[in-house]
Parts: sequence; structure tokens; C-alpha cells
Amino acid sequence: MSEQKPLVKVTIDNITIDVAPGTTILNAARTIGGDVTPPAMCYYSKLEGSGGKCRTCLVEVAAGSTADPRPMPKLVASCRTTVMDGMVVKNCTSERVKDARNGVVEFLLMNHPLDCPICDQAGECHLQDLGYQHGKEGTRFEFARRTFEKIDIGPYIQLHMTRCILCYRCTYVADQLTPKRVHGILQRGDHAEISTYIARAIDNDFSGNMIDVCPVGALTDKTFRFKNRVWFTKPVDAHRDCTTPGCCGKTTLWLRGEEVYRVTSRKDEWGEVQSFDGKPGWICNSCRFDHKKATDWVIEGPTVISRHSVISQGHYVGMVKPAETIEKVMDGRTPKLLMDIHSVSEVNTKQEVK
Amino acid sequence: MQTLTNRAKIVERKPMSMGERMYLPAIFKGMWITFKHIFRKKATINYPEQKRPFSPVFRGLHVLNRDAEGRENCTACGLCAVACPAEAITMEAAERKPGEEHLYREEKYAAKYEINMLRCIFCGLCEEACPKDAIYLSETFAPANYQRQGFIYGKDDLLIPNPVTEPEAYQKALGGRVVKEMTH
Repeated sequence: MSEQKPLVKVTIDNITIDVAPGTTILNAARTIGGDVTPPAMCYYSKLEGSGGKCRTCLVEVAAGSTADPRPMPKLVASCRTTVMDGMVVKNCTSERVKDARNGVVEFLLMNHPLDCPICDQAGECHLQDLGYQHGKEGTRFEFARRTFEKIDIGPYIQLHMTRCILCYRCTYVADQLTPKRVHGILQRGDHAEISTYIARAIDNDFSGNMIDVCPVGALTDKTFRFKNRVWFTKPVDAHRDCTTPGCCGKTTLWLRGEEVYRVTSRKDEWGEVQSFDGKPGWICNSCRFDHKKATDWVIEGPTVISRHSVISQGHYVGMVKPAETIEKVMDGRTPKLLMDIHSVSEVNTKQEVK
Repeated sequence: MQTLTNRAKIVERKPMSMGERMYLPAIFKGMWITFKHIFRKKATINYPEQKRPFSPVFRGLHVLNRDAEGRENCTACGLCAVACPAEAITMEAAERKPGEEHLYREEKYAAKYEINMLRCIFCGLCEEACPKDAIYLSETFAPANYQRQGFIYGKDDLLIPNPVTEPEAYQKALGGRVVKEMTH
């Protein structure tokens, strides 16, 4: 700890920041935030070894470093490329990046069924957002999309292999959070699929986190399946004292009225699980699937949802109510009512008169 | 007297003449006007028997569409309900079981689909929002009812007749409209 390595300067979209050496371009851009941050479908900062597969985070490096200011010839994956001192990165200011991202979205959607009206992930799907922000409207793919037989992987998690974009996040969850991984990628290339060994049920305490890390609707909550649409439920932050070791007990409840439709872990602005005291806030299956009553939880308050998200429809965040002006125009005197409705009608006479 | 506008008429208060005092000429004059109207074209129609043609953009009662094989198009995605400014639409989804493929086109279908016609403002945004070609505004009025409950239209009130099993009723429900086959 005694020798602190000097910070390196990196310029991303004309914004210069100092970051620790060894930081990836993506994480450096996330410290700036906003449009500067490249989107990421497979990289997940809480999962070791993730990233480098989906190519949505491609950026242009206009100058490699102060020592060697030549530009990198090809676009680089920002989640796997570390910053150098004096590096100049172009993300949303580069036409090449925009064009490449259009292509990547087209690739990702090549085998995607686009069944958003059916999919439970719609409304909080990263691929949906990516497609809207960076994709083109049409497709040039004229061949049959790959389809799969439905596989039952247990009572809690629904697997839709057709929607999978092979980001490998769920396998990292199984490797790093659960004692034994029973599922993985079978086959390769176009035939690659997520599956369990001979449809073995995924059954351990933290398997539910695969649902949270899945950027698309390939892994969804079976207890929430087709129950409601995401944008009709209202998210609130809640917690309970969970005795499962490793479970943080801090969750988001998705309510409609008094009913808890779904429990998920809390997400940060990048769509990843929030960290509490430096530890990722994974939650156990008991919190996620078994406690679906509002009385099980201590509700802290409404979850902050981006104004641009469909989930925030009807939430009226930041609403400005017109101020009462009567007192102001009457020089601070409150108007006196000549007739009180309760005494006139003799209804609700016990009610306090304001 | 100078008038402000030219529309004011000065009422003359002179005594009535002989003809005016007899009244009968004025009565016959009025009856002649009434008699003339018998031969004029009528401004009204006998409504339930005769109907006026609707304008092509008329938006009436909703219809839940089926595809050419008679399967329901609606997948209960909730986009009509989220687009509805009057919050008139509610729905509950269910999963299609194996063997029900001839009933519902997609994996998910609307088990319950209700439109409150008292809330509906017939703006047609649900029709625009629908990604599955499932809801259309037809050329029908919501008929009057004695109870509010009667204005909540469920699936059995909204679904178009099956084009395979009841083609005549389907054609009747289509009216004069031409259905475009959706390339899907």
C-alpha cells in the first residue's frame, strides 16, 4: 500500500480523467457516465472474467498512449482493453463506432426471435434498449432463425434458449456464486446453447441471480412468468433479515397494489447488481422466490427509475405542483370561508375543519 | 336614432290594418309553408332500419382480431393498456398449453381482456400500439345499457367470429373493410 501507482490520464470523447493504471476503458468511461459509456451486453463488473464476447462495447482508440501516439488500427473491445497514459478514445463521437455498433446489433438480433410482446424481460431488456439506441430498423437476414426444444431447468428459472445471445454471464454466476455448476454452453458456433447436463434441474441457493444477470429474456423468473408486464408493476426498495450466508437481503419488490409480483436484486445505473459495502448485493433464492408477501419485507421507498424507462410511466417523478397563491395576493391573510360544507350539509360534522 | 349595428330593426308600433286584424290570411300563409315541406327531402332517417355510412376514419367499438386460421392474435403484451390515455384496458395473460395451438397464435395469450367502454375515449391509440395486429376499432357504437357493469366488455364481447368455423358471421363483422394478410 505504501507505493501508490501514479494515475494515468485518459481522454474519452474529449473528456479527460485520471484513473488507476490497469483500469479498462469501459470502467474509465463509466466513471464519467452518460453517453460516453459504451453499452455492454456480456461484461459484468461483479463477475470475474466476463466480457469480450458480445462486441457491443467497441470503441475507437485515436491515440494509443503518450509514448506511442499511433492510433489502433481496428476498433477495440473497451471491456478488455486497459487504459494507457495519454490514451485518446472516441466512443459516441466516432462514426466508425456507430457503424460498427449497428452491425453488432444486427448480429445479435440475427437469431433473436424478437418476441418482445411475449417476453417477460420486455421493458427492462438490455438488448431492447441497445436495439433502439444503436440498431437499424430493418434486417437483412433472410434465413430461418435457430429454434430449440424447450428445456425444463427447474421450478424457479425459465430458460428460453431462442432469446439467448450467449453472453456467458449466467455460467459465471454459477461458477462464482454457487458451489457446483450444473449448466453451461454445449456445442459451438451457431449450435452453441445454454443447457444443463441432460436437463438436470438447477437447484442451489443463489441460482436465481442468473435471472438478474441475463441481459435478455433467456433466463426469466418462472414464478413471475406471464403474470404481469414490467411497466405495470411499481418497484420499491425493501429489505429483510436473511439468514442465508452471502445473501444481502436488500432487494427490489415489484408490486401491483399490495401484491408482490416479483423480487429482484437492486440494480445500479448500468443494469448490474448494486454493491453494498463493497460487496455485490446478490440475493438468495429464498428471498427471491419464497417471500412474496409485502409483510415479509420492510419497504424503504420507491426505487429510482430512469425517466426514460417505460417502467417509470405513470410515476410522475419530479412533478411540479402549482403553488397556492391566494395567501400571497391577500397580503398573507388566509381567506375565511363564510359557509362550512359540514355544518351546512350536516354530513361528516366531526371532521376537522381546516 | 342611430344604431350601433345594421342588424337592429326598428319595431313599428302602428295599429294593425284590416287584413292583419282578420288573422286568416296569415294562418293560411303559415299552413302553406308547412304543406310545402311535405314534398321536400327529409333531413332525418329512420335510424335502426336505415343507417348512415360511416366516414372511413370512424373509430367505434373494439374488435379483437383473429388470423386466417382462426387463432387469436392477442398475446397480452400490455402495449394497448400502456398506450391508453383513459386507462380503460385491463388484461391477464396465460400460457398456451400444448394442444391449444389452434386457438392462440403465440405462446402467451390474453386469458382476460376487458375494455371499459365508459372510460374509453375511442382515440384509437390501442390500435396504433398493437404489435400483433390484434385490436381494431370497428364501425359500431357501444349500445346503451342500464348498468355500468354492462359497459365492461370482455373477450366474449370483443372477439371477432372465427373465420374458419363461422365464415358468414366473420364477414359480417368485417363490414366493408378489406383485411390485409399480415406477413409474419
